[in-house]
Amino acid sequence: MEAKGIDFLPREELEALQLKRLQETVARSYERVECFRRRMDEKGLKPSDVKSLQDLAKLPFSYKKDLRDYYPYGLFAEPLENVVRVHASSGTTGKRIVVGYTQNDLDMWDDCIARMLTSLGVTAEDRIQVSFGYGLFTGGLGLHGGAQKIGALVIPMSSGNTPLQIQTMIDFEATVLCCTPSYVMYLGEEVQKMGVKDQLKLRIGIFGAEPWSENMREKIEDALGIKAYDIYGLSEVLGPGVSGECPEQAGMHIREDNFIAEIIDPDTEEVLPLGSEGELVFTSITKEAFPVIRYRTRDICRLIPERCPCGSTHLRMGKPQGRTDDMMIIRGVNVFPSQIEEVLLKVCGDKITPNYQIVLDRVNHNDTFDVNVEMSPSFFTDDIKSIEKLERTIVESLRSALGIGAKVHLVNPQSIVRSEGKAKRVIDLRKGKI
Amino acid sequence: MLIKQLSIFLENKTGSLHAALEALASHGVNISALSLADTADFGILRLIVDEPEKAKSVLAEMGVAVLLSDVLAVAMDDVPGGMAELLHQVAAEGLSVEYMYACVGRVSGKALTVMRLDDNEKGEALIQRGKHGQVNPADIYRL
Ligand SMILES: [Zn+2]
Repeated sequence: MEAKGIDFLPREELEALQLKRLQETVARSYERVECFRRRMDEKGLKPSDVKSLQDLAKLPFSYKKDLRDYYPYGLFAEPLENVVRVHASSGTTGKRIVVGYTQNDLDMWDDCIARMLTSLGVTAEDRIQVSFGYGLFTGGLGLHGGAQKIGALVIPMSSGNTPLQIQTMIDFEATVLCCTPSYVMYLGEEVQKMGVKDQLKLRIGIFGAEPWSENMREKIEDALGIKAYDIYGLSEVLGPGVSGECPEQAGMHIREDNFIAEIIDPDTEEVLPLGSEGELVFTSITKEAFPVIRYRTRDICRLIPERCPCGSTHLRMGKPQGRTDDMMIIRGVNVFPSQIEEVLLKVCGDKITPNYQIVLDRVNHNDTFDVNVEMSPSFFTDDIKSIEKLERTIVESLRSALGIGAKVHLVNPQSIVRSEGKAKRVIDLRKGKI
Repeated sequence: MLIKQLSIFLENKTGSLHAALEALASHGVNISALSLADTADFGILRLIVDEPEKAKSVLAEMGVAVLLSDVLAVAMDDVPGGMAELLHQVAAEGLSVEYMYACVGRVSGKALTVMRLDDNEKGEALIQRGKHGQVNPADIYRL
């Protein structure tokens, strides 16, 4: 039987569709989004200048910073009465970033995830346990919508409470599990400890929101007796489902009827030839409430030029290999050093931020997150209790600003190594560890 | 009497204490009393030395977090119940002891103690009135 559907559309037809949708998106954004219009005007461009897909490269970029500058609704292209949902995530500073969805946007999102699930052989007969966090984070509700769309039974577990997660998987006979790769590593270990692997009905896992390796895939598949697939997305562009793996497990198909991907050199901002490694840039071509044009993801990866053996005509992207900014992903949560700096400045009540260093490691498949803060003569006192209180306040403020817990250690003044006068802010020891 | 105490922040790491003490030794600073208070994460080293200002600048130059403050030095009667008697008087005055530690003393019949009270002035007045009397600066700074 010949494969049918949008994922198998001949390339020329797909590109014609992309061009039409790109032109519509550019025209709509120009008309409705002041920030985009201004940048187009600065370049002397009009929406009518987009005559081919190659013309995308002429258009101005957009950045995470824009979401802060226009917080909360300044980049929306629809009046709020047409927006049916918002999601939010952490920005580079204390202020969150907000994105919005119309009903059509949510339908498109569900469709992206449903297509991935279907390509993996997930059907209405499956029971899908969604253990991504529900709420403002896009993970939980994103997977939820797509799972429901294919008619599967959805178990909306959200994250946390490992014993209950495992009991639920057993009792409700979950066949598909969605969560972060580091969490499933931990779950797998607990399942082995409890000796309940043979009580599980799991056959497929969909994991994302943080980078993971082929080595981790092997361990996960082994520990739980499942096939493990990678899913990619970011809330600024959509949420999980912008791209996802097919049964080949060899790159994530971008839903190219909704998104156009480019790879650029982050320094020169030039578009690189297909197959090169560089910064991933996304343009949405169907989104209504929050269209993005040439959005700089800061993720470094490559697009795979070869056609996938699964038969889909949609381009695949490789696993992100790093970042062009200083964003860290800790236990699936995006964290910027500037957020930590902001907390320290507030808590230590000083004109200057104390020197600090973030140390990330992985122990028992879990990210450890330590923040070393240099004791400064300006907040040193002879009173143990008040120093302990300061330490506790830093821990609590970090937790409320970042949504995850850190261990805080006060260290000797000037003990954090500096090179060229600048302290190295992040020591990440996780590479190669699973 | 009120004397100068050095308080030094120590990160909970082997060698922290040693490095501070060695620096003082190499600058010829003599230590007459020492107390270490610590938590799981950090400690505060408290010292009475013969040249507090010099010690402070030596340590500050090394990049140590250090401060000088006044604590009370008391010469207790070196007899059974001497300490209890002193603490009784302090409590009767409505003062509370945040910490105290012993000093290596060479005053015959007296035991030297360093105390941090919640109110230095009142503590000083109490000691002046009481039978514990004053400490000779030479006894405490240079032993
Ligand atoms: Zn494929």
